[in-house]
Order: sequence, then C-alpha cells, then structure tokens
Amino acid sequence: MLLKTTLIRLLTTAVTLFGVAVVVFVLVRVAPGNPIAMMLPPGATEADIAALEALYGFDKSLPEQFVIWLGGVLQGDFGTSITLRRPVDELVLSRLPATLELSIMALVIAVALGTAIAVIGARRRGTATEVGLDLSSGAVLSVPDFLWGLVFVLLFGVLWPVLSISGRIDPQIEVDFTSNFYTFEGLLRGRLDVVQSTLSHMLMPALALALPLAAMIAQLLKQNLKEVLLQDYTTLARVRGFSETSVILREALRNALLPTLTLVGVQFTFLIGGTVIVERIFSYEGLGNMAIDAVINRDLPLIQGIVLLFAALFIVINLLVDLSYTLLNPRLRHG
Amino acid sequence: MADITAAAPRRRARRLNLRLWLPLLWLGTVALAALFAPLVAPHDPLMQDLMLERLPPSFMAGSEPGYWLGTDSLGRDVLSRMIHGARIALFVSVIAAATTCLFGSALGLVAGFFGGWWDRVISRLVDIWMAFPPVLFAVLLVAVMGTGLTSVIAAIALIDWTRFARVIRAETMVQARMDYVDSARIGGARRLATLISEILPNVLPSIIALLMLEMGIAVIVEAILSFVNLSISSDDPTWGSMIAEGRNAIHFAWWVLLFPLIALFLTVLSFSTLGEGLKQRFDPVLQ
Repeated sequence: MLLKTTLIRLLTTAVTLFGVAVVVFVLVRVAPGNPIAMMLPPGATEADIAALEALYGFDKSLPEQFVIWLGGVLQGDFGTSITLRRPVDELVLSRLPATLELSIMALVIAVALGTAIAVIGARRRGTATEVGLDLSSGAVLSVPDFLWGLVFVLLFGVLWPVLSISGRIDPQIEVDFTSNFYTFEGLLRGRLDVVQSTLSHMLMPALALALPLAAMIAQLLKQNLKEVLLQDYTTLARVRGFSETSVILREALRNALLPTLTLVGVQFTFLIGGTVIVERIFSYEGLGNMAIDAVINRDLPLIQGIVLLFAALFIVINLLVDLSYTLLNPRLRHG
Repeated sequence: MADITAAAPRRRARRLNLRLWLPLLWLGTVALAALFAPLVAPHDPLMQDLMLERLPPSFMAGSEPGYWLGTDSLGRDVLSRMIHGARIALFVSVIAAATTCLFGSALGLVAGFFGGWWDRVISRLVDIWMAFPPVLFAVLLVAVMGTGLTSVIAAIALIDWTRFARVIRAETMVQARMDYVDSARIGGARRLATLISEILPNVLPSIIALLMLEMGIAVIVEAILSFVNLSISSDDPTWGSMIAEGRNAIHFAWWVLLFPLIALFLTVLSFSTLGEGLKQRFDPVLQ
C-alpha cells in the first residue's frame, strides 16, 4: 500500500511539473516586447534580426518551440540568457547557493525561535506571559517578510548601524572558492573571515524571512505541547520528581513535534518564495534578485529557467514532506 | 457555577470589541484620507521643490513648518504623498480582493460540492499554481500584462485565487456531508440551488475572514510591485514607491521609508485582526 500511494504521489508530481512547464512557457511567450530587437543596435537589418531569431529559435511555431525547449530542459539545457549572454543553467547554479544558504539560515532561526517561544509559553501556561506571547506572535504572523525586512533596514541599518544592509559579503574580502556556498565552504576551509562576513550579511534578511514562520511554529507547537502535557505519562514524569521544564523538554517536546514538522515543511516553500523580494531589499546576490532583474530586462530564457527551478524546488520539498510524514506517522502507513 | 458562565462571555465580548474597533478606527482614517485626499493633503503630492529637498519631520531640528513628516529627495511632501497613496492602496485592496474572492470562492464551492472531475481539475490547477513563488509570479505576470493598476489587480486575482479555492473547497466538502444538505435534496431542491442557498451561508464566515486577509495581502503586493517599479508610474504617489525611494535614500532621509512603512504595517495588521474578529463574531460554532 505504501508503495502504491508513493507511486501515485510521484505520478501526480510529474503531472504538476509538466503543468508548471506549460504555464511558464505560455506566460513568457505571450509577453509583449521583442527581446531580439532590444539586443541589436539601432539600424540593424532585417536579415540580422532574422539570423538572431533563428539562433534563439524564435522563428519556429509555438508548439515546436515548446517541444525543443522542454527537450533541452530535460537534458539540462535551459538556453542562453539574452542580457548576460551566458548559459542559463550556469547563471542559475551560480546564484542558487546564495539563496539556499539564506533560506536554510532563516529556517534554522525560525525553528529555534519558534520552539523557544512555544516552550516558554507552555511552561508559563495560564499566566500573563502566555497571553503576551500569544498576542505578539499573532501580530508577528500577520506581517509579511517584506515589511520585516524594511523594519530591520531601519533598525540595524540606520538607528543602530551594526549590520550591513546590502550585498552578500564584504567586497574587501577576496573569495577564491570552488563553489558559491560561501558559508559552508568557508567553514570547511577554515576561512572564518568569509563565514563571519556572509553570516552578518545574511542575518537581517534571514530574520525577516524567519519571523512569520517562527510565530507560526510557536503557536502550533505550544498548542500541541499543552495537549501533551495533559496526558498521563507527563503526570507520571512529574510524580517521579522531574521539574516542569524538564518534563516539557524531555517528555512532551518529542511527541508534540510531529504535526509541527509537517507545517515547517510546507511553510519552508513559502519562505523560499519570500527570498525573491527580501533579497531585493538587501541587494543580496541570490536567485530572487536575479529573477527580478530578468523580468525587468525581459530576459525570457533566464526567467523561464529561474521560475522552473523555484517550482521544481517547491514540488520536491512538498513531496519529501508528504512522504516523510507517511513514514513517520504509523497511522497513515496503511491509509 | 452561575457566576462563571455569566462572567465569561462578558469578558470575551469586551476583548472582541476592541479587536474590531481598533482596526476599524485605523482603516476608517485611511479611508477618509483616501476619499478626501485633495482636501486634507497640505501640499500637492507631485510638486517638486529642490529648495525643500530632504527636510526632516517637524519634531527634528532643521524642519520647515507645514511639512510635518518631512520631504523626500525631490522636495515632495511625505505626508501629502502618503495621503494620496492611501487612495491607490485602498482601491487596489478592495477591487483586487473582491475579484480574487469571487473567482476563488466559486471554484472552491464547485470543486468541493460537485467533486469528481470538477474537483480533480481544479485541485490539479491549485497544485500547479502553488508551485510558483508568489512574488516572482506577480512580477512575471505584471511584466507580461504591462505595468498599470489593472495589471496589478489582475495579477493578484490570478495568483491568490488558490487561497480561497483551497479553504472553501475543504469547508464545502465538510458541509456537503451534513444532514441538512440531504434534507434539502429530499425536499426537492436542485443541486445548484442547494449549493447557493444551503452551503454558501455556512461557509460565508470563512469567506469574509479570507476576504479581509486578502485585502491586507493586496495592499502588500501592490507595495511590492511599486517597490520594484512595476506598478503605476513611479511619479505617482504609492506607499510602495515611497518605500523604494526611502530605501535608496536611507542614509540621507530615513523618514521617507519610516512613515509609509508604519502605514503599511498598521493597515496589514488591521485587516488581519478584523478578519479574525469578524470570523469569531459570525461563526455560529465559535459563539
């Protein structure tokens, strides 16, 4: 049964991915404005335009273009960026590490912060502290990452200028790494100056991305903790002399975590989606920032590549969440 | 016992009221400012005066009387631009949220009630749509449709219909299994009539809460699109374009960023609080 549900899930995922490819292709092709005309200097001849159109495959019919494009994509060929004149996959892969590092840092902050607030709320349940935490996490939750990013720009960029508000790394630092995972490779190579600089540049955008998710985790996890704390086995732990805090940390947390995990998985995709605008606010050199530039410059192949990559990332994360939930929850295994 | 049951609802009612009235107070102020913008704005929002550029707000040294919230890099009055910006913010939030709500709720009701192929097709579309990062999708759609308010509104509706469709579909499925639906059918009501007269009123509290949430989201999306210069022309006063300007001039004139940011913050918070409050007030189960 597990195999069958997994297979069905994989099949629908493939259908969704194909649908995404169709939507991306159609959207980008109906965009007005001739990108070829923008590439050539004024005074280019008809023949020049036709030659360039043939080079990028724009002279064929739309279904033909779709088949050629999809065939290329399946082989890892996403075309050539019109403005940057380099292969799209190369460009996208050079920016992906920056966005992934930012998203992972935001996720770590969100989980740590959310869990801490949930534990404190559960420990102080029924007091003014809990009400205060509930109200503030409710407010934090309804304000999106875009606004948090700007709030941090004002707070730590102007009022108390301790952090840099733009870029990914201090331009003075020379980086000769093989990958663009500055933080991870910096750690491996022991280049702590690189790690320190990237982390301090990432802190504000990551916090902006993390806050709404942290509030969400805090609310759900506290609710689950409070339910678990009414169970007999936690009473037993109290009777055995454990303090309330260690009952929560040792007994309750583990059992309250499963529903939270699903939430985190699904919300992680929204967090990654948020990087697009947050990177823009902080001029952070990631995929999102590149995507907005590509849209403004009407760089069709690059837009297609980036949107497709984001979509594939979302779909795969959702798939993994679903599958791991089925594996972790015995009740669903035969459902 | 009698004391407790009598006291509890009263305390809850008072908190509910505050949750309704505070957001209404702020949104009412914004609405009035938007309606009477030319009358209340102290200056022309488009008038540039290079003699008056980057004036700080009136509580700081070096300010000029009459320019309470200061001026931007082109000498335009921040307060007047915010008041005129409220027009665009509210217009987009009302029209975009209403369009999204109609479109998404209708699909959700149909998918949840008729099931079968309807449900399969709509759910698959929702899955595909959810695979796009919303901000990137919005930027892309506006780039495709051309800049302007109509594109912004269409983009919001084309992206966010899934929020309504998902929630309303799930609620409709729950309602469709209830006994009262069977009674209506036995009573001879047609399927579509049952959907509209029996199920719709029961999912209405959720639709209203989502509508409020969506109004807040629409304000934000418009601000984001203005921020990346894809909404209406950058000269026109919008909160988003003011924020973009303030972000660029952050080290010279932070107030150009701060005040529209506060306005956006309060507006979003008000819409979501109002949505929660209204849902609790109208939901028969929660009462």
